[in-house]
Amino acid sequence: MFQNKNIEILVGMFVTAGLVALFVLAMKVSNLAAFNDGDGYPLVARFDNIGGLKVRAPVTMAGVRIGRVEAIGFDDETFEAVVTLSISEQYQRLPKDSGASIFTAGLLGEQYVALEAGGDMENLQANDEFMVTQSALVLEELIGQFLFKAAEGGADE
Amino acid sequence: MLWLRRLGRSGLSFFERLGRAHLFLLAVIAGLPSLLFRGRLLLLQLYAVGVLSLLIILVSGLFVGMVLGLQGYNTLVDFGAEESLGVMVALSLVRELGPVVAAWLFAGRAGSALTAEIGLMKATEQLSGMEMMAVDPIKRVVVPRFVAGAIAMPLLAAIFSAVGVLGGYLVGVGLLGVDDGAFWSQVQNKVGFYDDVVNGIIKSVVFGVVITWIALFEGYDAVPTSEGVSRATTRTVVHASLAVLGLDFVLTALMFD
Repeated sequence: MFQNKNIEILVGMFVTAGLVALFVLAMKVSNLAAFNDGDGYPLVARFDNIGGLKVRAPVTMAGVRIGRVEAIGFDDETFEAVVTLSISEQYQRLPKDSGASIFTAGLLGEQYVALEAGGDMENLQANDEFMVTQSALVLEELIGQFLFKAAEGGADE
Repeated sequence: MLWLRRLGRSGLSFFERLGRAHLFLLAVIAGLPSLLFRGRLLLLQLYAVGVLSLLIILVSGLFVGMVLGLQGYNTLVDFGAEESLGVMVALSLVRELGPVVAAWLFAGRAGSALTAEIGLMKATEQLSGMEMMAVDPIKRVVVPRFVAGAIAMPLLAAIFSAVGVLGGYLVGVGLLGVDDGAFWSQVQNKVGFYDDVVNGIIKSVVFGVVITWIALFEGYDAVPTSEGVSRATTRTVVHASLAVLGLDFVLTALMFD
């Protein structure tokens, strides 16, 4: 056995190493430092179809992540999906007539909400609704339309 | 008739043992406040359980991460997705391999030592000696080891995961030529702090408590002969490893739905 002082130093080093490892996992490996999801203001977008959109999916503008999907609900009067977006506090000046669309990252990637800026002088406030929305592309519908058009074209000839 | 009786006897002794194990845990929990006056004992046990396990954790973590990097790269490169290598390595380490493999190593390295130590104390009647001197062996011997195990395990698992990610980074970026920036940005994008890192820590705390409990109980309940202690040590490693696997399934099902 070592002397007591050496044991104290070694245990101190062990605990420090453990805490440093936790810190590295938090800051370098996980997204704690990169994007603080805590503070943001809510905006509401209504879609006819959200496809495979998930809670916590990114919200981007010009390809830059400015928020995330906070909640997804369903309105049983208009039969629309009600998507609540949480936009980071620092982006307060989104024009009132901005549009929201659901896109897919890559061919098979996850779905995200993309915002396009409008030209209105007034800005969106917390809990405002987007006036223009574009639903997710559902592959089956697309193929269905394509087949329908192909059949129509065939009948004309 | 005889086999039925044997079956009944083994069933009864199983449940007796299970009951003793839980009474033992209750006694340990009741003895926790006494540790406040005995910080020195906790320090010594943290050294025995934590510092001495550090080497095996560091080496295994590094190599597990490096192997994950190599194998993951071979699969991902077919899809042109080798930038996701970091995500694969980090997620599998932080969620599963870090807590679970560190727990197995902990059971083998520290758990077996705890059982053998306490079993031998019992066989050489040191525990009865303490009772004769009105020293509660649970408070004096068991509680510091229990708390040390519960503290050391999450720290060891965190070290394992961090070193493993470093190993994956060394192989992926250093050896196989994955882009440095893409590696880390993908990792930070996909690994959540609360969803992944904190859940991994919760897992490792649970594993630490269960492994130390099993190890201490096996030692305390060992037949006080050299054969009995050796059997108890074996049982500790086997039961603790199986318990970690079973609990890992339950915790994963609860956490990552």
